[in-house]
Amino acid sequence: MATAALTVDAPGFGSRVWSWITTTDHKRIGILYGVTAFVFFLLGGLEALVIRAQLAQSSADLVSADFYNQLFTMHGTTMVFLAIMPLSAAFFNYIVPLQIGARDVAFPRLNAFSYWVFLLGGLLMNASFFFGAAPNGGWFGYANLTSTQYSPGLNIDFWVLGLQILGVASIAAGINFLVTIINLRAPGMRMMRLPVFTWMTLVTQFIVVTAFPVITVALVFLMFDRTFGTTFYSVAAGGDVLLWQHLFWLFGHPEVYILILPAMGMVSEVIPTFSRKPLFGYAVIVYSGLLIAILGWGVWAHHMFAVGMGPVADAVFSSTTMLIAIPTGVKIFNWLATMWGGKLSLKTPMLFSLGFIAMFVVGGLSGVMHSSAAADLQQTDSYFVVAHIHYVLYGGAIQGIFSGIYYWWPKMTGWMLNERLGKTHFWLSFIGLNLAFFPMHFIGLLGMPRRIYTYDAVLGVDAMNFMSTVGAFIIGLSTIVFVVNVWYSRRERIEAGMDPWGAATLEWSIPSPPPNYNFTAIPEVVSRLPQWSDTEMKAIPTEPEGEIHMPGGSYWPAVSAVGILVLAVGALLESLAFALGGAVVLVVGIYAWAFEPFEM
Amino acid sequence: MTERAQQQSHPSTATYLIIAAILTIITLVEIGVFYVPALQRVLAPILLLLSGAKFILVVMFYMHLKQDHKLFAAIFTIPLLIAIGVAIALMALFGVFVR
Amino acid sequence: MSEAAVAHHTSTGLDSRKMAFWTFIGSECLLFGSLISTYLVYQGRSVSGPTTDILNIPLTSISTFVLLMSSLAMVLALAAVTRGDALWSRVWLATTALLGSGFLGFQAYEFTHFVHEGLTLQTSLFGSTFFVLTGFHGGHVFVGVLWLLTLLVRSFQRKLGPDKSLQVELAGLYWHFVDVVWIVIFTVVYLLRQ
Repeated sequence: MATAALTVDAPGFGSRVWSWITTTDHKRIGILYGVTAFVFFLLGGLEALVIRAQLAQSSADLVSADFYNQLFTMHGTTMVFLAIMPLSAAFFNYIVPLQIGARDVAFPRLNAFSYWVFLLGGLLMNASFFFGAAPNGGWFGYANLTSTQYSPGLNIDFWVLGLQILGVASIAAGINFLVTIINLRAPGMRMMRLPVFTWMTLVTQFIVVTAFPVITVALVFLMFDRTFGTTFYSVAAGGDVLLWQHLFWLFGHPEVYILILPAMGMVSEVIPTFSRKPLFGYAVIVYSGLLIAILGWGVWAHHMFAVGMGPVADAVFSSTTMLIAIPTGVKIFNWLATMWGGKLSLKTPMLFSLGFIAMFVVGGLSGVMHSSAAADLQQTDSYFVVAHIHYVLYGGAIQGIFSGIYYWWPKMTGWMLNERLGKTHFWLSFIGLNLAFFPMHFIGLLGMPRRIYTYDAVLGVDAMNFMSTVGAFIIGLSTIVFVVNVWYSRRERIEAGMDPWGAATLEWSIPSPPPNYNFTAIPEVVSRLPQWSDTEMKAIPTEPEGEIHMPGGSYWPAVSAVGILVLAVGALLESLAFALGGAVVLVVGIYAWAFEPFEM
Repeated sequence: MTERAQQQSHPSTATYLIIAAILTIITLVEIGVFYVPALQRVLAPILLLLSGAKFILVVMFYMHLKQDHKLFAAIFTIPLLIAIGVAIALMALFGVFVR
Repeated sequence: MSEAAVAHHTSTGLDSRKMAFWTFIGSECLLFGSLISTYLVYQGRSVSGPTTDILNIPLTSISTFVLLMSSLAMVLALAAVTRGDALWSRVWLATTALLGSGFLGFQAYEFTHFVHEGLTLQTSLFGSTFFVLTGFHGGHVFVGVLWLLTLLVRSFQRKLGPDKSLQVELAGLYWHFVDVVWIVIFTVVYLLRQ
């Protein structure tokens, strides 16, 4: 079972599909993550466009109130868990092993398992649409709106089970990448020589493995409340609905850093490359990342100022929130200082990085405004918060990720993306996002609450809402330009070569796309920027000395993932037979996986 | 090679037995303390101290963190401290300490 | 798990599987941390049903002792496997699994007894938090027992020589961690009740 799929001479369609299902190559898994996440990104974007179409004018009735609830819940959940996180994961998979000089991740099969679990979890969550029961409790699903009393349908069950499954995938991947980065570095690749993207990946994965168990527990409580009638979020039994909010945001705030730190890592790679200057204050950027990971644990309740926690708690969480703005601000100044006096080259990746910095500052500033509990009371649950989160996550995370896509695309495919279309994509997206999200600040301050499917003309926000909708559609258009770019550039096919940008890090020292073993010989790293360094790194031979044996594939990770899906479907249908069947598949999968011969 | 060297530095059977004896004694003391009426007011600090000692003994000797690489200790301790911090913060927020 | 990986060179010289396992345990700290926090936050807030008076200290002391002794058996099993002593590795692995099953037996008795006394998952906050916390722990013990039995079978198949001691060490780390969690639960839930 190990190598059969890879030795076929002229693979037919079936065997090609099979080779993707059984693959354990980090690069192919990275591509799987990227393509899947991009499809979910389009889906989440489509949901956003329907939402904006509904809000284009007052008292509209394009969608029903109930369907609107499903739309904004799925838009948020999809973008956070099925688009931004896995888009970052695509780069963790593809780029991190190349940046540290490794042939694969520490646990290739666990890596495949993470992907399959993520895919099936995402499909399960979205399958809810076909049953007219998409999750409708908001992406933070506050208790007791999610109780069986107020949400009797399957909607919340889909959400709970989907998130549980995605949590399994994230924790497995988190452990894998922590070990990979610490343990699979090439000789000479000391921790303080790691590229910043790899550092930010390390920090992100630390947050993942610590924060996800908390939401797992919160979701277990919710699942038990709904299925077995426990009393965790039951006020009648003396319980406190705030327990959910605390557990959710204990996870949810670190989650914000899970979303933004990888993008910060990408930007930290792009800006030095296109400024022809090493990153300013490398160590400070690394330490700021670590500090954010730790401080990120002490700010969660700033999402809850409106619930009345009392002056002491409000003061504490206000202060910690203001404090965490410092390491974040430090990074901004480091990027600016990197560009200062550099030879700037405004290629598409650089444009998106610059867009990232500018937009993240806007989102960051409104974030600092929220840190004041008194001011936050005016803003909570209004469109002001929607403006903030979209500046941070679209202006920040997504622009950062697009910067990474344009930057590493040549490495992954071997051909360049078209610059003119790339720039069109950037400017449309940049104009669209500001048109869509900037008016939301005012819409919010004027009193329009979020999550309401329509509004009255008396509020006087018709014009600004219309602007916002136009902006959203421009963003949609920009995304189409990106897809066209991929299609066009693939036909144009301008060869990239090993290092088209003249970048400094290790992944640019090997062919594009890299062979399945990555490095013909494991490099010996002598500096932080091997490609720019005066002290020459020993050249990596073009041909391997002997045959390099890479692990073959395995289908047991995919089988185990299917077991988890069936188990979840059993829980959804409250069918013991299904659940047991799934458990059996899972156990068989794990044992077969553990005992199959698999050479590293 | 390093791995083998670490294997050999695992504590001896005698150490394991002594630790087990200490753990048993602490457990007996814990249960004893529980039944002494005079100690009810200071029960919490005493018991937390005793169970903390048991926790540390098991982790240091049975899980070998005492001799093992410091990195393993860090990988375990940092999340543990976060968990303890979270527990204390939640109890404070829910007014457990003032009840 | 392939043996080829053991000889694999790593940057720190540490085994990747062991590092992954410690990371997993770190992650588990937050899982049990959240469960225990919830129990503590809700302590004394139940509005109906039996309270902590229902907890049986003498009985639980015995089961605590059983689990503690299983940890001793576990380290002795690892020592036996490491020195290539097949007989004693089987004896100690079987002892550990047996003591673990004994602990689960005590828990099963305790749970059914409580249900007869009128404390169920649904009764009260105490019922919900108690059963889910200790049930999660019991589930971990159950998985541990399965793992130990698997190792025992491997030993009988003569596939658990000293070169495989890492497999036993990982099972041991898991087992001791579960024991350590119980040390906390025993103190916080049983002895420090209000």
